[in-house]
Amino acid sequence: MTAEPILSVEGFSKHFELHEQAKTIPSSSNVNFDVYAGKLTALIGPTGAGKSSVLKGIYRTYLPSSGRITYHAANGTSLNLALADEHQILELRSREIGFVTQFLHALPRQSTEDVVAQPLYQRGVSREQGRQKAREVLANLNIPERLWGVPPATFSGGEKQRVNLARGLIAKPRLLLLDEPTASLDPTTTDRVVEMIQAMKAEGTAMLAIFHHPDLVERLADNVVTLTPPVALNNKEVTS
Amino acid sequence: MEKILEVRNLSKVFGKGCPNCFEKTGPELNTNICPDCKSVVAAHDLSLDLYKGEILGIMGESGSGKSTVVKNLFFDQDPTSGHAIFYDDDKQYDLFSLNAAQKRHLRNHHFGMVYQNPHLGLNFGISSGGNIAERLLMNDLRNYKEIRERARELLERTEVLTERMDELPKNFSGGMQQRVQIAKALAINPPMLYLDEVTTGLDLSVQAKILDLILEIQQEMNTAMIVVTHDLGVVRLLAGRTIVMKYGRIIESGLTDQILEDPQHAYTQRLVASAL
Ligand SMILES: Nc1ncnc2c1ncn2[C@@H]1O[C@H](COP(=O)(O)OP(=O)(O)OP(=O)(O)O)[C@@H](O)[C@H]1O
Ligand SMILES: Nc1ncnc2c1ncn2[C@@H]1O[C@H](COP(=O)(O)OP(=O)(O)OP(=O)(O)O)[C@@H](O)[C@H]1O
Ligand SMILES: [Mg+2]
Ligand SMILES: [Mg+2]
Ligand SMILES: [Zn+2]
Repeated sequence: MTAEPILSVEGFSKHFELHEQAKTIPSSSNVNFDVYAGKLTALIGPTGAGKSSVLKGIYRTYLPSSGRITYHAANGTSLNLALADEHQILELRSREIGFVTQFLHALPRQSTEDVVAQPLYQRGVSREQGRQKAREVLANLNIPERLWGVPPATFSGGEKQRVNLARGLIAKPRLLLLDEPTASLDPTTTDRVVEMIQAMKAEGTAMLAIFHHPDLVERLADNVVTLTPPVALNNKEVTS
Repeated sequence: MEKILEVRNLSKVFGKGCPNCFEKTGPELNTNICPDCKSVVAAHDLSLDLYKGEILGIMGESGSGKSTVVKNLFFDQDPTSGHAIFYDDDKQYDLFSLNAAQKRHLRNHHFGMVYQNPHLGLNFGISSGGNIAERLLMNDLRNYKEIRERARELLERTEVLTERMDELPKNFSGGMQQRVQIAKALAINPPMLYLDEVTTGLDLSVQAKILDLILEIQQEMNTAMIVVTHDLGVVRLLAGRTIVMKYGRIIESGLTDQILEDPQHAYTQRLVASAL
């Protein structure tokens, strides 16, 4: 590939120091890969391999323990997300980097439309315009119209997941992180999601995704990165 | 992004103080009371930055000094030492060296405060509409009709029945009083708002509505806010960044989701684990 990557992860590692239990839990070690505009990089590996931790490290929900995460921003500058200032991270989250997490977090009373339009409101889009756009995305994802005006708290797992996805897609981020976005969807809805991801790729969005199913990796991924569970630090002598 | 507030090395001691107050208190020593002179070190060496339109959470257990921070910034108390600068476009105010008239000016024109106890934020001797009118008058709005119109608009905005704007706040439920307080604080469109445990003690559905309202206001008016709470759920929903306090000190600060999902300090880890 000749194009410059949007995101380069070099030697990323993450471990958790649990003070109370006096324990160190390794999560990801020495992870390296690139993500390109209009391409999808898939992270695969067994449970506990640290896939989610890599996404969270890039988004800074987790503080990386070591490594470099170089992000090339829309304005032409690049920065190391592992060390960037918190205000810079917040700015990127609201303008350029989206994250569809495994579970939906939303204000309890907020209607589904508003939950989905949140990223737009944060950019200063009016309620009216935001809701309009949200309805388009919700319709695209096969969410029945009767659900648009009510909070997603009581929705089924698959419905919630689509709401979460709608919120991630609506703002058209430059870089989108996806953590198992289709885990609880039926085949028809999964196909819809696949089409939407393909459309976003065609528009130039760079994606880093974890998929439940090898079939989806096959259909969507341009690059595949395999992670292996790190060896527990405490067991080092035993295993080597 | 532009900075709106900068706080450096803020300390607040209640009592006469002695040279040992700071080294003999704090989280490592598990106390905020100086053993030598019995003074209370409510806050020590606090520094923070706030940007326009940003919500910062201050979290910590009872007595950790959360309210002290906002009370000092809103001039309800005077700090023992430290600096704070408020940026208003091209003007800068060195908060702790202003005279009384200058402080009043900032409270009336630039700052808003919502207290946990509505008795502190509202005048219970006058109607809810009157409470808002009072604040508008201080902000140089003089025309009776305009004042009434704006008060009505604000109460509508905060979902207080406007038919009840001439009633005394004591007739209202706790959630309603809190809404009137928010309407009053917002009357002057302050760029800087302090919220001290605004949802504590309210039932869950009322809490949800108030949190929703706060978020809407922040997005519509780009208001910067400091939200004080012992409730992790509140910071998760409102604040982009969060500070954790214990015995008057900052223990840890970071992006809110990072503080909640990957806390670094043993105390924060315990706090988050016990809330799950
Ligand atoms: N916040 C956390 N605190 C402590 N340990 C954590 C935390 N998050 C993840 N871990 C640990 O890090 C390791 C990797 O977890 P991670 O969730 O990244 O794996 P994954 O590859 O996404 O797994 P799965 O396929 O099951 O989702 C696991 O051992 C996990 O228990
Ligand atoms: N006027 C005062 N005189 C003496 N001590 C005081 C005074 N006001 C506050 N304190 C003490 O300062 C410390 C910090 O108080 P503060 O009100 O800031 O705590 P807080 O974190 O807001 O607690 P809470 O969650 O209970 O509201 C406490 O130990 C408190 O008892
Ligand atoms: Mg995972
Ligand atoms: Mg308090
Ligand atoms: Zn002392």
